[in-house]
Amino acid sequence: MARVTEINVNGTRHAIDVDGDATLLSVLRDQLDLTGTKYGCGEGQCAACTVLIDGNPRHSCQTKVGSVGQRQITTIEGLEKDGKLHPVQQAFMDVDAMQCAYCTSGMILGSVALLKSNPRPSEAEIVEYMNGHICRCGVYQRIGQAIALASERMKGGAA
Amino acid sequence: MSAAPETKIVLEPERYELRATPMHLFAMDRRDFMKAIGGGIAILLVAKDALALQESGRRTGMRENMPREINAWLHIAQDGSITVFTGKVEIGQNIRTSLTQTVADELHVELASIAMVMGDTQLTPFDAGTFGSRTTPQMGTQLRRVAWAARDVLTGLAAKHWNVDASRLVAENGKISERSGGRSITYAELAQGQSLAQMMPTEDPVTPATEWKIAGQPVRKIAARDFVTGRHKYTPDLKRPGMLYGKVVRPSAFGATLISADVSAAKAMPGVTVVRDGDFIGVAAPDELTAERAAEVIKAEWKTTPQISNKELFEFVKKNAEQNPAEENRYRQTKGSISGGLSAAAHRLESEYHISYIAHSPLEPRAALAEWKDGKVTVWTGTQRPFAVREELAQAFHLSNDNVRVIVPDTGAAYGGKHTGECAVEAARLAQGAQKPVHLMWTREEEFTWAYFRPAGVIEIKSGVSADGMLTAWEFHNYNSGAAAIATMYDVPNQLTEFHPVNSPLRQGSYRSLAACANHFARESHMDDCAHAAGVDPLEFRMKNLKEPRLRAVYEAAAQKFGWQNRKATPERGFGIAAASIRAATSPRARKWPWIAHRAK
Repeated sequence: MARVTEINVNGTRHAIDVDGDATLLSVLRDQLDLTGTKYGCGEGQCAACTVLIDGNPRHSCQTKVGSVGQRQITTIEGLEKDGKLHPVQQAFMDVDAMQCAYCTSGMILGSVALLKSNPRPSEAEIVEYMNGHICRCGVYQRIGQAIALASERMKGGAA
Repeated sequence: MSAAPETKIVLEPERYELRATPMHLFAMDRRDFMKAIGGGIAILLVAKDALALQESGRRTGMRENMPREINAWLHIAQDGSITVFTGKVEIGQNIRTSLTQTVADELHVELASIAMVMGDTQLTPFDAGTFGSRTTPQMGTQLRRVAWAARDVLTGLAAKHWNVDASRLVAENGKISERSGGRSITYAELAQGQSLAQMMPTEDPVTPATEWKIAGQPVRKIAARDFVTGRHKYTPDLKRPGMLYGKVVRPSAFGATLISADVSAAKAMPGVTVVRDGDFIGVAAPDELTAERAAEVIKAEWKTTPQISNKELFEFVKKNAEQNPAEENRYRQTKGSISGGLSAAAHRLESEYHISYIAHSPLEPRAALAEWKDGKVTVWTGTQRPFAVREELAQAFHLSNDNVRVIVPDTGAAYGGKHTGECAVEAARLAQGAQKPVHLMWTREEEFTWAYFRPAGVIEIKSGVSADGMLTAWEFHNYNSGAAAIATMYDVPNQLTEFHPVNSPLRQGSYRSLAACANHFARESHMDDCAHAAGVDPLEFRMKNLKEPRLRAVYEAAAQKFGWQNRKATPERGFGIAAASIRAATSPRARKWPWIAHRAK
């Protein structure tokens, strides 16, 4: 596939030079050193690699970098603004919604996308939306609580 | 616990519970050691026997060497910074946080003033590994002793400094103060200019739990902000200058051996190194995609041998049990007479339970970054046993332990699956071949196919129940899935419990809860069948056959919370109850371990 020479990540245009067949995940991690996005399965089954593409959650392990074009990518590193955490990040910390925390980046980005599309989700809606995200340590209860807390703090409005 | 047989079943090291022998840390004398750490105050916790040897050595005028059997140590630098060293590793169980709380609690300082160095074979004392739920009871207590001793030393220094009796002083908030409310001096000021190494036996007293202030309190995970911002570097996130990405060419089947390999196409790819060594073939390339493509173009021919299929597995396990020696069988416990108990029964039941191989599947796959320099290798890897992985590397590359360093970054889980160092050895072999640092991360597919598994097994139970719902006989055979918690906690006059080791067709090892989960599953499933046969409510049946007071209390509390008495099952919704301990029910230690009851709908 053709080479890809630039990519928009976290509001910045980055010059790169990679094969368009490379996964977005490997480009973020290996070329741009944005290692907050994790490899978990490489098959789109665990959502540890979730990033936002134009605000929509996507599995970066299943996304070829050549397919991204000019769209805006947000990774976990792009959520903090001027030293202030995104309300979802803050809620994950406050509720202690993590154990080994390897799934946390993907969980947080999935949660941000959920609250954008549904600012006041019910418990059932949280479970339904987050179903594709795997946490092998089993912190699901607290992850649900963190999302509810973030929703409350954001007063139903996106941050 | 009145009449149950004493558990005598002993697990085999390596196959069912991985262990390791003690190694040594310091081969330097005390002055060199203090110089190496830049002075200040060091408190070293030493096994009691080793300390006695040390002291007798000192008396006979031997050179004052550092003891080798150090369990943990703590350093207060001349600037007052506090660093704790332990060979334990953080794998998501949050011991970095809980151990820091423990030290802060006993040293009377804030959490934030303590740094914890964990799982680095060059910096931390030997530790057999982080497994078996031993960190809090063992390492927690040891670190508490170290911190207690440090506080004692600091108080003594302040007493000397002011020429007052130590009993008039109190340690709080990183300072020693006069109880009268007079002078105070910080730990940093006390450590300034010191070069003091204090050794403590492992048996000193510590503050009782009722007086803990920081430990046992809910606190935020240490460095939580690094985890929610993606800043924390797990092993797969690390980079070294000139680093290459590795990929291993896996055999076509389990147990296959290499006949031939054409690696010319891979070798021709720019920047690619191919390493072939025995049955091992792997590549290292400047980027991941190139590494994958290079591995794909290698044409390898493998010789396969027939393997046991899933379908045949349980039959195989049963038929291939090792013969337990008849005399003094360490795998068997008996009490009363099974045939007598069965003939006295009104209901006789027989069941077989199958336990599958399962993958641990930590979300962070096995990963390693290896770097060689001057004949020494450093490997960053997520493992529960850094010192055992050092040993594996030393053996694989014919090195002394001193030439191998294993560093464990806080890891994305393990669940008993990261006791071994295969990925570390593979990365080191590729790095040796490429003469550059190599990063290797297993794919999820490799995890599911090439990692070791939780032991598969078969559990057979024969039981007898009297007309009035009392267990009269209990015969329990576990083939291969492990002996942990194999003994029943119910009271049965006639029992035979036996564990049958099997030479497993697949690689197997530790798993969270190991065999306990399998044994509980089989036992409690069978208890339900017994209750059903006797026409007794499942909870009532358990209580009828149970004396252990704590477990009875657990059942009562769970049933009450659930509203067991008034629940009605519907065709769509049934419910049940079962209890377990994570340790063998009849071991003396079990009394200290929690009982857990589950009500499932």
